[in-house]
Amino acid sequence: MAEIRLENVRKVFDRKVVAVDGVSLMVKDQEFTVLLGPSGCGKTTLLRCVAGLEQVDGGRIFIGGRDVTFLPPRQRHIAMVFQSYAVFPHLTVFENIAFGLRMQRQPEAAIRQRVQEAAELLHIADLLERYPSQLSGGQRQRVAVARAIAVHPEVLLMDEPLSNLDALLRLEMRAELKRLLRDIHATTIYVTHDQVEALSLGDRIAVMRDGRILQYDTPLAVYDHPANTFVGGFIGNPPMNFLKGMLRHREDRLEVATSGGTLEVPEAMRSALLAQNRDDVIIGVRAENIEPQTQEAPNTLRGTVLVVEPLGSHNLLTVRVGEEHVKVSTSADFRPRSGETLWLRVHPDKLRWFDPETGQAIRGE
Amino acid sequence: MRRRFQWEPYILLLPSTVYLMLFFAWPMLQAFELAFRDENGVWTLEFIQRMVNDVNFWKAVRTTFILIVTIIPLQFLLALAMALLVNAKLRGSDLFVYIYALPLAISDLAAGIIWFAIFTERGYLNTVLYSLGILDQPYIFLNYQTAWPVVAVVLAEVWRATSIVMVVLVAGLQAIPREYDEAAQVFGAGWFTRLWRVTLPLLRPSIQVALILRTILAFQVFAVVLAVAGQALTVLAAEAYRWYGSWRNPHVAAAYAALILVLSLGTTVFYLRTLQVSEEVRV
Repeated sequence: MAEIRLENVRKVFDRKVVAVDGVSLMVKDQEFTVLLGPSGCGKTTLLRCVAGLEQVDGGRIFIGGRDVTFLPPRQRHIAMVFQSYAVFPHLTVFENIAFGLRMQRQPEAAIRQRVQEAAELLHIADLLERYPSQLSGGQRQRVAVARAIAVHPEVLLMDEPLSNLDALLRLEMRAELKRLLRDIHATTIYVTHDQVEALSLGDRIAVMRDGRILQYDTPLAVYDHPANTFVGGFIGNPPMNFLKGMLRHREDRLEVATSGGTLEVPEAMRSALLAQNRDDVIIGVRAENIEPQTQEAPNTLRGTVLVVEPLGSHNLLTVRVGEEHVKVSTSADFRPRSGETLWLRVHPDKLRWFDPETGQAIRGE
Repeated sequence: MRRRFQWEPYILLLPSTVYLMLFFAWPMLQAFELAFRDENGVWTLEFIQRMVNDVNFWKAVRTTFILIVTIIPLQFLLALAMALLVNAKLRGSDLFVYIYALPLAISDLAAGIIWFAIFTERGYLNTVLYSLGILDQPYIFLNYQTAWPVVAVVLAEVWRATSIVMVVLVAGLQAIPREYDEAAQVFGAGWFTRLWRVTLPLLRPSIQVALILRTILAFQVFAVVLAVAGQALTVLAAEAYRWYGSWRNPHVAAAYAALILVLSLGTTVFYLRTLQVSEEVRV
C-alpha cells in the first residue's frame, strides 16, 4: 500500500515567490494522478517536493502512511523519470537501468534478471551495451523509464517525460506508457502541461494554477464539468466557449439572453442561478456540443460563419455570435461557406454556468 | 563546382601562430640546440653528462618529484573539497570563491617571502611557539638536514596555487546538469556514492585539465623554493637558473630546461591516456 497524501504543502522560493500554495492532495494506492497546468503553475515543484528534491516550507507529505516530509529522497522509496531523462552518460544502458538495484545491493543475478525484464518491456534489450550518446532521444527516454520500473517502485514520479519527444513519438510512447503503467501497479504522479496527455493517461487529474489545485477529479468530470472558467479554457481542444448572458424571467420560465440570441435555462439550474442574486452569468459550452442548423429555430443562437477549418475527421468552424466568437465542431461533410448564417442549437444539459466575477462554476441539482 | 579557397580562417590564425613560433617554438629549438651543441657547432652529449654528474642533479630531481607527489594529491583533494563547497550553493558560498582566489593575485616570489617570514629563525611561527611557551629558544626550521624546508615549500605552494585547481573544478562542476545528481539521489545513492559514481566520472575532463596544468607548473616550481628555502633545497628549475646565473654556462642550463620540457610532456601524455574520456561517454 502506497497512497500519497499531501497536507497543506507550501513551497516558497527566495522568500517571496510562492510556487506551491497550501496544496492538499490524496492519491490512492495504485492510482495514476496527473498534475496539469500551464508553465509556472507549480506542478513540477510540487512533484519535486514529493520526491524530496525540494524541502517544503510548510505542510506534510505522507507516502504509504509514513511521514516523509523531512526524509531525503533515497529514504522515500520512490522512482522518478526526469524531463531531461538524466540518463547517466558515463554508464552503459545496462548500468543505467541497474543503478537503483545496485544502490539497493541486490544480488548480481537478480540485477541481471530485472534489468533484462525492464529492458524487454521497453523494447531496448538489444541496446544494453550502448552508451546514452549512441541513442536517440526516444531510446534515452525508454532507458529512463526502464531505470525507474526496474526497482519495482511503489511510487513512481514522472516529470513531463514525453515533452522532449517529437509529436509522432510522443503519441506512440503515450499509448505504450499507459499499457506499461497499468501492469506495474505503482502509485503514479505524472506532471504535464499537455491536456491531451492528462486526459488520456490519468485516473484523476489535478488542474493547477498559481501554486494551487483548482480541480481534482476524473478526466471526464474535469472535461465535462470544469470547476471554473480557467479549467474549461485550459482543457479541451478547442477550449470551452464562453458567452456573457443576462438572466431574465419570461412568463414562468427562466431564460438567458446573449448578444446572439436567447436560450432556455433548464429546470435543474433554476434555483442555483436564482440563488446568485445577480442577473449576469457566463455560460460555457464545448465545441462538439453545438449543433449548427441552416434554418432558423427557437432556442438557438444566430451566428455568422467566419472561418471553416477542415481537419479531416471533422470541421472546426469559427462563428461570430453577437459580439463573441464561438468554436463549433461539425461532421466532416457539413461544409458551410464563410459569411453564411447559421443557428446554433445547444442541448440545455450541456450548458455550463459560471459566476462572472469569480469564474467559479454554478452547479444545479 | 570547386569551392573557392577560404582565406579567412588562416588569416585569423596567423597572429597567434606567429606569436607561438616567435616566443615558444623558436626559443625551444634554440634551447635544445644549446643543450646538444658546443660553441664550435659540434653536436655533443657533454652538457647532458655534466648535468647528470653534478652533485646537485639527483638532489634536484628527488626534491622536484617529492614536491610533485605531495603537493598535487594534496592540492587536488583540497581543491575538490573547496569546489564542492562552492558548488553546494550554500548561503555565502560566492564569498568562498573570492577568499579562495585571493592568493592567486600574489606573485609566487611574494608568496615565497610570506612563508619565509613565517618559517625563518625569527619568524612568526617561532615567535608564536615561543610566546606560548612551547619552545624556549627559536627552532631553525629551514635547516637542510631536516624535512622542514620541504614542508614549508609544500605549504607555500598549496596555499598559493590550490585555487587554480579549484577554479577549473568549479567550472567543470557547474557544467554538469543537476538532474544527474538528483536522479542518483532518487534512486538511493548517498552523498559519497553520488560523488564517486556520478560526479567524479562526469568531472573527468576538468580533472584532466587541472592535473595537467598543475603538474606542468610543479615541474617549473622555482621562485617559492628559492625564497623559502634558499640553499637548503634545490629543484630542477633552480639548477637551470644556477647554471645560467652563477656558473655562466647556458649549455648545462639549457640541458635542464630540455629535461623539464621532456618530463612535462611525458606527464601530459600520461594524464591524457589514463584519464581518457572516450567519445561515447561525453556528456
